[in-house]
Amino acid sequence: MPQMNMVQAINDALRIALRSDPRVVVLGEDVGRVGGVFRVTSGLIEEFGEDRVIDSPLSESGIVGAALGMALYGKTPVAEIQFADFVFPAYDQIVNELAKYRYRSGGDHSANVVIRMPAGGGIRGGHYHSQHPEAMFVHVPGLKVVCPATPYDAKGLLLAALEDPDPVIFLEPKRVYRAAKGDVPEEAYTVPLECARIVRDGRDITLVAYGAMLYEALDAAQTAFEQGVDCEVIDLRTIWPVDIHTIVRSVKKTGRLVVVHEAPKTGGFAGELISLVCEKAFYSLEAAPVRVTGFDTPFPYTLEMEYLPLSHRILPALIEAARA
Amino acid sequence: MTALPSRSARPPQLTPDVVRVLTDDGGLDEQHDPRLPPEEQVALYRFMVETRQIDERFIALQRQGRIGFHVGSQGEEATIIGAASALRPQDWVFSCYREFGAALMRGLPLQKLLDNVFGNQNDTAKGRQMPHHYTHRATGWASISSPVGTQITHATGFAWAAMMDRVDKIALAFFGDGATSSSDFHSAMTFAGVFRIPCVLLCRNNGWAISTPTDRQTASRTFAEKAHGYGIPGIRVDGNDILAVLSVTRRAVARATAGLGPTLIEAVTYRMGAHTTSDDPNRYRGVEDMEPWRQLDPIQRFRVHLASRGFWDEERERALVADIDRRFRDAVVTAESTPPPALESMFDDVYEKLPWHLVEQRAELVAGPRAPAGR
Repeated sequence: MPQMNMVQAINDALRIALRSDPRVVVLGEDVGRVGGVFRVTSGLIEEFGEDRVIDSPLSESGIVGAALGMALYGKTPVAEIQFADFVFPAYDQIVNELAKYRYRSGGDHSANVVIRMPAGGGIRGGHYHSQHPEAMFVHVPGLKVVCPATPYDAKGLLLAALEDPDPVIFLEPKRVYRAAKGDVPEEAYTVPLECARIVRDGRDITLVAYGAMLYEALDAAQTAFEQGVDCEVIDLRTIWPVDIHTIVRSVKKTGRLVVVHEAPKTGGFAGELISLVCEKAFYSLEAAPVRVTGFDTPFPYTLEMEYLPLSHRILPALIEAARA
Repeated sequence: MTALPSRSARPPQLTPDVVRVLTDDGGLDEQHDPRLPPEEQVALYRFMVETRQIDERFIALQRQGRIGFHVGSQGEEATIIGAASALRPQDWVFSCYREFGAALMRGLPLQKLLDNVFGNQNDTAKGRQMPHHYTHRATGWASISSPVGTQITHATGFAWAAMMDRVDKIALAFFGDGATSSSDFHSAMTFAGVFRIPCVLLCRNNGWAISTPTDRQTASRTFAEKAHGYGIPGIRVDGNDILAVLSVTRRAVARATAGLGPTLIEAVTYRMGAHTTSDDPNRYRGVEDMEPWRQLDPIQRFRVHLASRGFWDEERERALVADIDRRFRDAVVTAESTPPPALESMFDDVYEKLPWHLVEQRAELVAGPRAPAGR
C-alpha cells in the first residue's frame, strides 16, 4: 500500500472523483495551473482540462454562489477556499443560501457542494492564514463540518463528503498537510461521515481532538501515560453532526473529559461538546470537563506557538483532570 | 427640523438610448418590433392583467389581516412578463421576490402561489418562508431568498454548468436596482464575463430600493453601462413596453444560446406601489414623482395598442377580470382552509436524512407544550 501525505491523499481523492463521476467539478483560486497554493490540486487540470478544474476569479462569494448554481443544475462542485481565513466574503452564500437551499425550498431543490479549505495555525501565517473557524459553521443548520487528521481519513472522508447529498465544509489541517504520512489504499473507499475514531484506548480520561491538534493530544497522552494517566484519545473526524455516542460511551468509562481545539475558547466547539456530555452523561462525570484551546484573541503571528494548544499545554490539563 | 429632499436626483427616465417598440404616437418601432402574432400578444396581455389583478387582491387580503405580507409588482408587469416570455421551457429563472407573474406564466399553479402566501402544508416551500418565497423546480424556478443579489451568482453557476455539458439551457436572473450594489452582483458579472456564461441578467430599475433612490445606488448615469466594465454588453429597454422587453430579452437569449455569452439588461420602469405591504412610501416620495409613470402604465399602453388593432375590447377585458377573480377566490378558499404544515415537518429537509440531534429535538418539541393560541 502506498504511503501518502495528506496533500497527496486529498489529491488522490479528487482525481478518483473526477475520473469516476462526470458531475464533479473543481473550482477555486489558483487550483488549476499552479495546482493550488498547497499543491493539493496539482496535476488535475492536465488530466481533466479547464472545464472541470477551474481557475476562478478572486471572489469567494462568486466561487460559492457559482458552485451552488452548478449544484442546482446537477453538478457536484468541489470549491476550494484558498485559506479558511478568506471564507468570510462567502459566508452569506454559505449560511443563507447553500445551507438553507434544501430546507427553504421544501426539499424541491438540493445542493451537493463540498467546500474545501485549509485551516489552522502553526505555519507562520499570521492572522489571515491561521484561523480554524469550525464553530461558525457548526452553528449553521444545514451544514456538515468535517476535519480529517490523517491522510487515510482525508481521502475517505472527502470521497464520502462528495457522496453525501448535503453541503459539507471540509477543513484541512494544513499544519500537517505534509507532516502526516500514512498508508493510503490506491483504490476508492469512503470513511463514513459522523463517525469518530478511537485512536488510543484508555481508562482515565476521554481526550477529544481533531485536525492538527490530534497529534498534540496523542503526544500529551503518551507523556501522561508515562506519568500514570491513561487517556482515551478520540479523533472526531466529523465535527458536526458529532458522533456523540462514541464520546458518551467513552466518558461513561473514564468519567473525565478534556477537549482540545485551536480555535478561540469562547463559543468554540469544546463548549458545545461539553454541554452535550453534561446533558447525556452528567452523573458519569467525576471531574469538571476541561477545555484546552486557542485564546480569545486574534491569531498572533510571532507568538503562535504560545497561542496554540500544543502538547505542553494539554499535558498539565490531563494531569490536573486526573487528580480532580 | 430640516426638510428632506423627497425625490431622487436621478429617477428612471426613458431617455433616447432606451429601446422602445410602442411609440408615443401609437405606432411600432420597426427595428425592434418582435412581430408577434395577435394571439401571442393577447396571451401576454392576459398575463399582465392577471399579475396586476392578483397583486391588488393580495394587498386587500393583507389589509384584511388574512395574509401576513405581500410584495407586489404594480407598474412592472411588462418587464416581468416580457422577460420571462422570451425564455424557452428548458431555461431556468433565478428570481427576486417580485416576479410572481412570471412564475405563473411559466406554469406555477395559482393554487401553489396561494398555498405559499398562506404558508399551508401544500406550499412547495412547506410554510418555511415568507409569502412570495416559493419554489417550483418543475418549471425551472429556483428558490427565492430575501437578501438581494444572491441569486445572480446562482444563475451564472447554473448556466455555466449547462454550458460545460453543451446542453441548450440558459438562466435568467431577475434583480432590482438595489441589488447592483451587492457584492454578489459584482461577483456574478465578473464570472459571467470571464467565462462567457450563457445567462441573461435582468435589472429591474424601478427607481427605488425600499426608500433608497437609484442615485444612492450608483453615480453612473445608467445601470446598463456598468456592464462594459465587465466586458459584457449592457442594454437599456423601456420596462413598461412589453414588446420592447420581449424583443431585447429574446436577443439576449439568442446571444447566450449562440455561445456569445451574457447580457445585462436594464429595464427602465417604476415601482408604482410600496416596496411591500410593510412599507409606507409616503415617507420618502411624493405622489407627483409617480405621475409621469402613471401615464406610461404598461398595461394601459399595451391595451391601447391591442385595442387599436382590434385584438382586444372591453368585453374581453371584463370576461378576463371576472375569470381571474373567480380563480383567485377559489384558490384563496382552498389555501385558507388547508391546514398548516405538520409540527414534525419543521425538522425535515434541514438535511436529507435526520441526524441524531434533530431526532432528539423533534421529540422534545412534540412532547413539549404548544405555543399558546394567538401568539
